[in-house]
Amino acid sequence: MVETIKEAKYTNEHEWVRVEGELAVIGITAYAAEQLGDITYVELPAIGAELEQMGELGVIESVKAAADFYSPLKGVVAEANEALADDPGIINRDCYGQGWLVKLKDYESQGLDNLMDAAAYEVFVGGL
Amino acid sequence: MKTLFERSRPGRRAASLPALDVPQAQAPQNLRRQSPPQLPELSEVEVVRHFTGLSRLNFGVDVGFYPLGSCTMKYNPKFTEEAARLPGLADLHPLLAQIEGGGPLTQGALTLLAELEEQLCRITGMDAFTLQPLAGAHGELTGIMLMAAYHRRRGNKRSLVLVPDSAHGTNPASAAMAGYQVVPVPSKDGVMDPEAFEAKLNDQVAGVMMTCPNTLGLFETHLARIAEAAHRVDALMYYDGANLNAILGYAKPAELGFDIVHLNLHKTFGTPHGGGGPGAGPVGVVERLAGFLPVPRLARAAEGLTLDFDRPESIGRIAPFYGNFGVLVKAYAYILALGGEGLKRVAEHAVLNANYLRVKLGRRWQVALDKPCLHEVVFSAADKLAAHHISAMDVAKALIDEGFHPPTVYFPLVVKEALMIEPTETETRETLDEFVAAMERIADAAETDPDKLKAAPVTTPVGRLDEVGAARNLDVALAPKCFG
Amino acid sequence: MDFMPHTDQDRRAMLAEIGLGSLAELFESIPPGLRARSWDLAPGLSEPEVSRRLQELAGLNARGLTCFLGAGFYDHFIPAAVDALLSRGEFYTAYTPYQAETSQGTLQSIYEYQTAICRLTGLEAANASLYDGGTALFEAAMMAVRRTRRRKLLVGASVNPIYRAMLRTYTANLDLEVVEAEVLDRGSLDGLIDDKTAGLILQNPDFFGRVHDLGPCFAKAAEHKALAIMSCYPLALGLFKSPGEMGADIALGEGQSLGLPLSFGGPYLGFMAVKKDLIRAMPGRVVGRTVDGQGRVGYCLTLQTREQHIRREKATSNICTNQALCALAALIYLSLLGETGLKEVAELNLAKAAYARQRLAALPGLRLVDEGPWFNEFRVELPQEAEPIVARLLEKGLAAGLPLGRYYPGQERNLLVAVTEKRTRAEIDRLAEALEALS
Repeated sequence: MVETIKEAKYTNEHEWVRVEGELAVIGITAYAAEQLGDITYVELPAIGAELEQMGELGVIESVKAAADFYSPLKGVVAEANEALADDPGIINRDCYGQGWLVKLKDYESQGLDNLMDAAAYEVFVGGL
Repeated sequence: MKTLFERSRPGRRAASLPALDVPQAQAPQNLRRQSPPQLPELSEVEVVRHFTGLSRLNFGVDVGFYPLGSCTMKYNPKFTEEAARLPGLADLHPLLAQIEGGGPLTQGALTLLAELEEQLCRITGMDAFTLQPLAGAHGELTGIMLMAAYHRRRGNKRSLVLVPDSAHGTNPASAAMAGYQVVPVPSKDGVMDPEAFEAKLNDQVAGVMMTCPNTLGLFETHLARIAEAAHRVDALMYYDGANLNAILGYAKPAELGFDIVHLNLHKTFGTPHGGGGPGAGPVGVVERLAGFLPVPRLARAAEGLTLDFDRPESIGRIAPFYGNFGVLVKAYAYILALGGEGLKRVAEHAVLNANYLRVKLGRRWQVALDKPCLHEVVFSAADKLAAHHISAMDVAKALIDEGFHPPTVYFPLVVKEALMIEPTETETRETLDEFVAAMERIADAAETDPDKLKAAPVTTPVGRLDEVGAARNLDVALAPKCFG
Repeated sequence: MDFMPHTDQDRRAMLAEIGLGSLAELFESIPPGLRARSWDLAPGLSEPEVSRRLQELAGLNARGLTCFLGAGFYDHFIPAAVDALLSRGEFYTAYTPYQAETSQGTLQSIYEYQTAICRLTGLEAANASLYDGGTALFEAAMMAVRRTRRRKLLVGASVNPIYRAMLRTYTANLDLEVVEAEVLDRGSLDGLIDDKTAGLILQNPDFFGRVHDLGPCFAKAAEHKALAIMSCYPLALGLFKSPGEMGADIALGEGQSLGLPLSFGGPYLGFMAVKKDLIRAMPGRVVGRTVDGQGRVGYCLTLQTREQHIRREKATSNICTNQALCALAALIYLSLLGETGLKEVAELNLAKAAYARQRLAALPGLRLVDEGPWFNEFRVELPQEAEPIVARLLEKGLAAGLPLGRYYPGQERNLLVAVTEKRTRAEIDRLAEALEALS
């Protein structure tokens, strides 16, 4: 049973995005976190970095893999989750909440139409 | 075990140095090191005991069976060690061969290199070899650079390299390092699918990197068709020689349609693995690529063998000198000892041993592909995982308690919970039977006592290590006591 | 001679188990059209015959040469214990330590080696080794490119020419701008270093044996946010300022002088150390210290996800085998010398070279090319071209140094002379007398 949250939209690279006022909050899904295993390190983008939709945002490392993660929307990096530097395991424990990765500002909201909703994402993962 | 630094005591000394027989000299104060390096201070007996103790925590081919797939952990003959240490070879400064008057003083070394190149040409069917690449992966990078040089010369603009989905990780890494994009091609029945291959082939493809037999231990049966298709679009065929042990004397890469080959002397030709090097990865090419080989090349002149740096089409220097000479000596001696018949017998017995294991292990373990293999065989522990939660990793750790080095696990990626076993030709039937018996005990334990497997290994100085902790809290060097 | 233990009985029984009649049937999967058309190698030899052949070849090379040849690769004293310990089968017949529990010997020794390299260079993290100093230099350059996302590299002209040639080969098709320039001080960087520069690569002591304080140059690199990269001679670090003390971000070099024989070009040892924040960008294996389930200290490969077997085409490098046994040799050497021994070796080198300079500079027609300070190597200008003189001295068993003309057009009369702790006063005197007689 794949864990998802209703409020978010999903990419086929297993990122989620949720709108919080002026900002778009981004993270990786429970499926991705489970596939990676215990996360050991996260490389986050610089504040102010400008991304296209599905542009490379950073890297998440575990003992068995180093996976790139991508921006679900076009936008500018406003915040990056500094807490992950000391405790990257937060992602494994709470990937939709405290384990957020990046917050974007000035994002292109039309991009949300290209993404899957929770139900569609669950079907997508089921087929993998 | 304590580290050297923890054993250090101020004032202890091991090495002895001669007293100064010339006036003392002073280094200028402003250039001197301010903080001392804090290297350990120990007596020789302490150093010897420390490293002897460390060696006893290790497992090598000299200790026991080491069936790592695609690594060819065959026995390393001792006479090759002696050869590499001969004073006329071990003491030779490489620049001697490059200065006037140095030629006559290096003919032995240069002759050895020339003969080794010739031997490797005969073994592979290629027209020319460079011995410079310092490891297999280095050979791959060199091979891809030769590929790029070829296309530049032809005025071709190519950006892609095709690899099978079962390829070793160095293949895509090497291609990417040389600036190419890698495209995987799916397998069918364990070998590269020729139709899928032809579908991906176009005039953007610089080359195809394959190994044969492949990482599943199977001969790439469609090679003739694949090579022909590749050559039709002027793409080059690259052979990763990691698995050459299986086909020595039975097939030659040049005759299989390959244009570039790299060999792993520390695999096929018995030079020791050293705990992770040094190795050697010579690269062979067909005639039309020979002009691109790195400099210097060996040349014959009236006065003997010389080094030729004047090769306008060469890709340049990829190593400081002529390769890992100390490793090359060992391979040369090995080939001399085995000879043509011996090398053929190597392949025969490597394949015999692997198939023997395939049949005997196959009674309790799931073989990945149900057909005869060549020098290595891949099993899957996926059924054990589903039924008893026992993974390939658990099997590996349990084998350590049984006194064996585990096979390669989780590779090739196309097989779930893969166990890749390459016994090599230097193992006795008794050893193989003991290994099978151990695997049967593990299969039993998976059913009746899985916790025992999960707790393995228990006979080693340490148990399973916290690798997550190691990566999260990086500790890669002992901090000195008074470091800035 | 071969090493297959099978008897006829073994073969028969094994073939029966497999269900085949002969060894040839094992190769049925090879299509007939792809079989080897010929197999043409000399028959195998017995051990004494191989030994004789190798001795014959060894005998055709120089024996007992008095060596003043350096240029980055030196005739240093190697204590006997190094080879004795290296010859233990548990070390040299082991593979890369992927199964940590059964490889603690290799892993702990790599951790100790990493520690030793960090302490020697004054930096914070080191890898388990790279192939040699030249490939290490290329890897460092690529780290700078990836980290800064810039495409220009500035390389000092007195960096070993062999390494500069290798760098040119490796970067040929990577869309990078490699600028080689004489960088002697901070001032010479004006106009050369800018905000497009990924890294500044300098060697110390440089190829001509001169020792510098690279601090000001590296500070200037930092001002432009370029990485400061130093190629160094590890024995010199027993005495001279470390890369860390000079503000280097990356230190690398050739470890041959730490207990490895010259061996006609290899195997050698590339070492690399970096500042802490660059550790994830560093190629090569890294060993980390950790604990097992019972709290016992152990060692394992870490940060493997950067490496080829996991990251594949995004790997930091394609390195698989490194030079583990050579790194072990270096560690054993450093343990035998220890802190005081290393300083003493460096001082011996310094003193012997100073004496050689004094003797040679006094010879009529010879002059020192540079002003120093030096470590153990220096240039002299001879009254005529150096190559023929060196050739004549080789016939007398004296390797006087490297004639520089082949690597530096215009310097045909210059000779690069290296003097290590192995050279006695008598040998240095003999060199001076021989040069005097010929010049």
